[in-house]
Amino acid sequence: MSELTFIDARRRLEAKDRSLRDKRTSLVEAAALVKDGDHVAIGGCLYSRTPMAVLRELLRQRRGRLTLSRNLMCYEGELFMVAGATQELVTSWMGIGLPWGLSRVLREFVEGGRARMEEWSHLAMGLRYRAGAMGVPFLPTLSMLGSDLRKTAAAKTMVCPFTGAQLCLVPALFPDVAVVHVHRADRFGNAQIDGYPHMDADLASAASTVILTTEEIVDTDEIRRTADRTAIPFFAVDAVVEVPYGAFPHECYGLYEADLDHIGAYARRVASEGVEAVRGYLQDYVYGPETFDAYLALFGPSRLDRARQAARELTR
Amino acid sequence: MAYTASELLAVTSSRLLADHKIVFAGVGTPLLASALARATHAPNLTIVVEGGVIGLEAQPGRLPISTNEMRAGRRAVMLPSITEIFLYAQRGFFDYGFLGGAQIDPYGNINTSVIGPAERPRVRLPGSGGACDIISHCREILIVTTHERRRFVERVDFVTSPGYLTGGEARAQAGLLFGALTWVVTDLALMRFHPETRRMQVDALQAGVEVQQVRDNTGFDLEVPPVPARLSPPAENELRILRQLDPDRLFLGPIG
Repeated sequence: MSELTFIDARRRLEAKDRSLRDKRTSLVEAAALVKDGDHVAIGGCLYSRTPMAVLRELLRQRRGRLTLSRNLMCYEGELFMVAGATQELVTSWMGIGLPWGLSRVLREFVEGGRARMEEWSHLAMGLRYRAGAMGVPFLPTLSMLGSDLRKTAAAKTMVCPFTGAQLCLVPALFPDVAVVHVHRADRFGNAQIDGYPHMDADLASAASTVILTTEEIVDTDEIRRTADRTAIPFFAVDAVVEVPYGAFPHECYGLYEADLDHIGAYARRVASEGVEAVRGYLQDYVYGPETFDAYLALFGPSRLDRARQAARELTR
Repeated sequence: MAYTASELLAVTSSRLLADHKIVFAGVGTPLLASALARATHAPNLTIVVEGGVIGLEAQPGRLPISTNEMRAGRRAVMLPSITEIFLYAQRGFFDYGFLGGAQIDPYGNINTSVIGPAERPRVRLPGSGGACDIISHCREILIVTTHERRRFVERVDFVTSPGYLTGGEARAQAGLLFGALTWVVTDLALMRFHPETRRMQVDALQAGVEVQQVRDNTGFDLEVPPVPARLSPPAENELRILRQLDPDRLFLGPIG
């Protein structure tokens, strides 16, 4: 597991090409920016704006020894564990949602010693990315004091030099790669997000390499007209791929609702068949369909339309 | 009128929420309780949720399943980042926080991480999420859960969310200077913490529940007042509102 210091992370940033250039590329080439052994931070949260298209491509390219971090990890963590792509998860919580109970796959892997879940509080995850985004080695917080999380995670305490109060210090997280899905971006990577920002802006600043997928690529003039909505500046971004429905079957605020029927069917299959169900899912939805369009075709246009209609109603 | 444990929990906790306050609510029972309070005695209660929502307005039949999906953000006044939401909590803006948990000890310490040793758990639970942050930063904490012996244990295997730790002044000594655990709401009783020892004790019983039932379902010694107060059962209008909010009974549980 690579743990970059703030100095390493700064040097990496200085060494990379931050020019104002056209960064449009394909999913296949964008995913190739991730190397075996990398720490990959996943944007969005749970089943919201998950960068599904890139995650799918990483699995297709059989990337391995990855460390995955996310604020709340959804079943993408299960796919990566069962595919043999990761044994290290850094998160505050993993599951799908209340009605679906514990993740049977997480249980099997962690209880069997085949994977490790490094657990932080939700704010601690946010502050670790934030410290990375700030270019400093840690941030203080009052979270995790008194908790056993402070002992199992690599947090430390200190006495505040100004007030004498006890503080918990969480170390900055500098992912090798952040993968983020947004609503619109220009070809340089100036990216806009509607609705929930989650932690994506911090992920993009903290990571050494940022892969952006976007529902649509727009002209820079359109970005300039609504500059207040830009969440990620071009100089943080390394690759831009236009992928409509790039988070599906997870939601993209205002554009499409999560396909809860699909997610529920997956959860029920995993609950009854365990890891075998995940293997089947990988075959059907990841390794089988060669392109993202072929993958979307498995859901069919009426399902996608329904998700779009639901999102419009919810954000009216 | 018959009701489920979840309905009872939602009603009892909703009655504890005052108007004009700000509640940090998770999905499920906390959200139902908060929405019910808004629909009855607390129309100016503001609901905040973890995914980054201030001012959630629950839409009947379309309750969010997670705190960070569109259903939760509907008609919000602000959608800040998740980190910002928790920083508002740390700053002290939020009056109430709701928690549940797989294991709860007499001092309100909660485990949602692991059963068995942390490095090789017997059961890997989902984890803290925001629970550790909520219990550390909200001004009043309500623990809301069904009352089971395997849940209310003398010692938790892992302190995910620190309550009063070992009791007395231990919470403040650990650096947690703010926030208090005020109520434990279960389907059998309403409990609170002794002002000095900080140990859980019974305050009132749910309708139709006897003291022995509470003791039988608690894995530690529980102080009970000689004549415990009685909570009034859910009123018809409270149940009606809950059932309108969750007509598919996704969170209310099956009747009968």
